[in-house]
Amino acid sequence: MSTQENGVIQIENVSFRYGTQNVLEKVNLTIEQGSFLGLAGPNGSGKSTLIKIILGFETPDMGRVTLFHVPVSKFKNWEKIGYVSQKANSFNTGFPATVYEVVSMGLYGKIGLFRFLNKKHKKKIDETLQLVGMREFKHRSIGELSGGQQQRVFIARALVSEPEVLILDEPTVGVDTQSVQQFYHLMSHLNREKKITLLLVTHDIGAMTKYVTHVACLNKRLHFHGSSHDFEESELSSLYGHDVTMITHEHDHGGA
Amino acid sequence: MEWTFIERGFTAALIIGLIAPLVGAVLAVRRSSIISESLSHVTLTGISAGVLLSQTVNMVSINPLYTGFVFALAGSLIIEKLRQTYSHFQELASPIILSAGVGVSAVLMSISPSGYGEWYDYLFGSIVSVTKEDLIFISVTAGVILLIFSLYSKEIKSVSFDQEFARVSGISTSHINFIFSLLVALVISMSMKVVGVLLVGALISLPVASAMQFAKSFKQLLGWSVLFGEFAVLIGVYTSYHFNIATGGMIVVILAVIMLAAVVLRKNSMLYRLLNR
Repeated sequence: MSTQENGVIQIENVSFRYGTQNVLEKVNLTIEQGSFLGLAGPNGSGKSTLIKIILGFETPDMGRVTLFHVPVSKFKNWEKIGYVSQKANSFNTGFPATVYEVVSMGLYGKIGLFRFLNKKHKKKIDETLQLVGMREFKHRSIGELSGGQQQRVFIARALVSEPEVLILDEPTVGVDTQSVQQFYHLMSHLNREKKITLLLVTHDIGAMTKYVTHVACLNKRLHFHGSSHDFEESELSSLYGHDVTMITHEHDHGGA
Repeated sequence: MEWTFIERGFTAALIIGLIAPLVGAVLAVRRSSIISESLSHVTLTGISAGVLLSQTVNMVSINPLYTGFVFALAGSLIIEKLRQTYSHFQELASPIILSAGVGVSAVLMSISPSGYGEWYDYLFGSIVSVTKEDLIFISVTAGVILLIFSLYSKEIKSVSFDQEFARVSGISTSHINFIFSLLVALVISMSMKVVGVLLVGALISLPVASAMQFAKSFKQLLGWSVLFGEFAVLIGVYTSYHFNIATGGMIVVILAVIMLAAVVLRKNSMLYRLLNR
């Protein structure tokens, strides 16, 4: 147990299936305090399902997940967890809301029922917008912004409650190359200066390896987990190369 | 001092002109405005049941608005449940509930000794038939809605914008969805007497549809919606009284005109910028 003491998120022997299809098989993964873990894997590797299990949206068929040593189903301190989802899935682009309104939503759970934003909260919203470089867009409508700008607003919404862990699910999808670079610089800053533990889920393994401290590769099972220094290209090709052939094979209908 | 039927009707209409667009704004951003249509028809079932009970069972005198509310609440909860269960077929819940509601209420009214007379009033609304008891029901309901709405406004906003995030931020989304179902049921049942089953959907969705053309924030959406709702009610009641036209219908026609105007204004960017400066 001594190696897991610093584990803010612990995934123990987690298996999950949709119908008869195994999505995750006996996944063990500990995310240590202060680390920046890049979780990579091809499409359909179960990454998003794992995130849903960590956040309590799905219950695993086997195994368990603890957040700050508390099982997810009993976890109450949600202000410690910040979450940036795949933008396209959950966000209603027609929703008339200003950047300020969107970021303030990150504080609602923390403030609690029947209480409202005070001066301190408003200052915190301004500071967080400053941190992600979106302060001058405060009064703009969220729907008018570019993909990269919207993403920074959603990061601010997740950060405004001062979480200890930030979980990001495919945050760079639909974001231009320059914004992706800015995004990784911001993540490094959050990890090093603000001491926020980061879990970044992505299928784009190349971009992230420069910035993360740890890498985990998932394809139903966990194929690699370790320091990013120990991570070798061969791991990557064994994980992806195999899959790429499979996809080609399917498209060729057995011709290859 | 006893109010005249005109004063009662007018007050009731103004209250509904405030409340319906407010709840309608949230329904619209949740992409579930169509729910108001099905719920109003379920409310009709409840009203029919209330009318039938009062007429057939001795010593029982129920204001049909109460039974209407009970049915609306039940329908609202069933739809919310179906929406969560069939997340990919959310639109399926509405027509089922709607047609079942109309079917049952038609059966109930055909049994009723008084026939379809009273039923008709609830289809299109009848502002002149607002009794003192109705007005009290409408006022109390409006008070409850305003109180709940202001207490839960930030949670309702967050859940409507992004349910997943709201949940991770520590908001009990099932709790908020229940509260909101309650609000929708209340608003529909209070509107029955004035705008009726067939037209309540207009007061819930049209002001918001107009407001969407101008609103940059959620706050503005609420403000514009209420403004358009009240304006339509004022003009609608006034013209229907003076020219002897059906009130509910008149209100809806004005709402539709406002919406058309809003769409035209929105597209004319110069006017739009002027208004939003």
